[in-house]
Amino acid sequence: MTGNLWKDANAALLSNYEVFQLLTDLKEQRKESGKNKHSSGQQNLNTITYETLKYISKTPCRHQSPEIVREFLTAMKSHKLTKAEKLQLLNHRPVTAVEIQLMVEESEERLTEEQIEALLHTVTSILPPGPEAEQQQSASDDVAMDEEDPA
Amino acid sequence: MFVLVEMVDTVRIPPWQFERKLNDSIAEELNKKLANKVVYNVGLCICLFDITKLEDAYVFPGDGASHTKVSLGFFDDILIPPESLQQPAKFDEAEQVWVWEYETEEGAHDLYMDIGEEVRFRVVDESFVDTSPTGPSSAEATSSSEELPKKAAPYTLMGSISEPGLGLLSWWTSS
Repeated sequence: MTGNLWKDANAALLSNYEVFQLLTDLKEQRKESGKNKHSSGQQNLNTITYETLKYISKTPCRHQSPEIVREFLTAMKSHKLTKAEKLQLLNHRPVTAVEIQLMVEESEERLTEEQIEALLHTVTSILPPGPEAEQQQSASDDVAMDEEDPA
Repeated sequence: MFVLVEMVDTVRIPPWQFERKLNDSIAEELNKKLANKVVYNVGLCICLFDITKLEDAYVFPGDGASHTKVSLGFFDDILIPPESLQQPAKFDEAEQVWVWEYETEEGAHDLYMDIGEEVRFRVVDESFVDTSPTGPSSAEATSSSEELPKKAAPYTLMGSISEPGLGLLSWWTSS
């Protein structure tokens, strides 16, 4: 690795969604260009993009879009969280108060119970659930059919 | 978790690739060099994002058994030391798994950390080890040991699950 210098070790934080888009586009490009995909030099790229895409596809970013992310960030302005905290919420889509406490530092001092509830509501109403949450949801939907939608 | 890092590098393109578009060749070389490799003090490199500038081209680039190992699929040098498990914890010799002795008013509940279960962990530390090859050391020449030195991972994450909400997902989702 001699010779390369990194100019800015933390130039920008990327959301899982951005990485998902990037890797999906890269996959398409390489499919179209056809040649060289299996040459030994490209094997590492194949492996890491495949594994990373597999991991990311199971997370809530799977069904996100630029519009959803924009709407989320706008709604987040009133909650006074740091950039890193907003990123955690975006990537993980917490649905319980205990998850909020994990992602927001000193949450007991910064947020009241009502604020935590409001935050959860913003997160769950704007961000679509991830593929795993959907599986759980369809299981509990069978039971909850009779309940009226409170909204 | 994912970051964009700007780097400066000199890339060598073999002459027979000159006819391809220069950017494509460079992208391919950079990915070949960095994809799925650990960059010291930065992390595991996934792929090239973009080329921002091209300058003139010139011709001439553990106690291991007691730690709990966790994997993300694309990266698995992640360890959770025993003191960072949900406390109190004990190692069940018969089952060969760690157990969280969860206390309630009714008494202790044993929650088993079965292999293969999905967990949520917090990254508490990272360590980079320079694994670039070193020259032969003369001290080793005299002893003939058959054991090969353990290959150190260039990048290791230390995790913790000792907070509410961490550990097996099944412990925290209501069924």
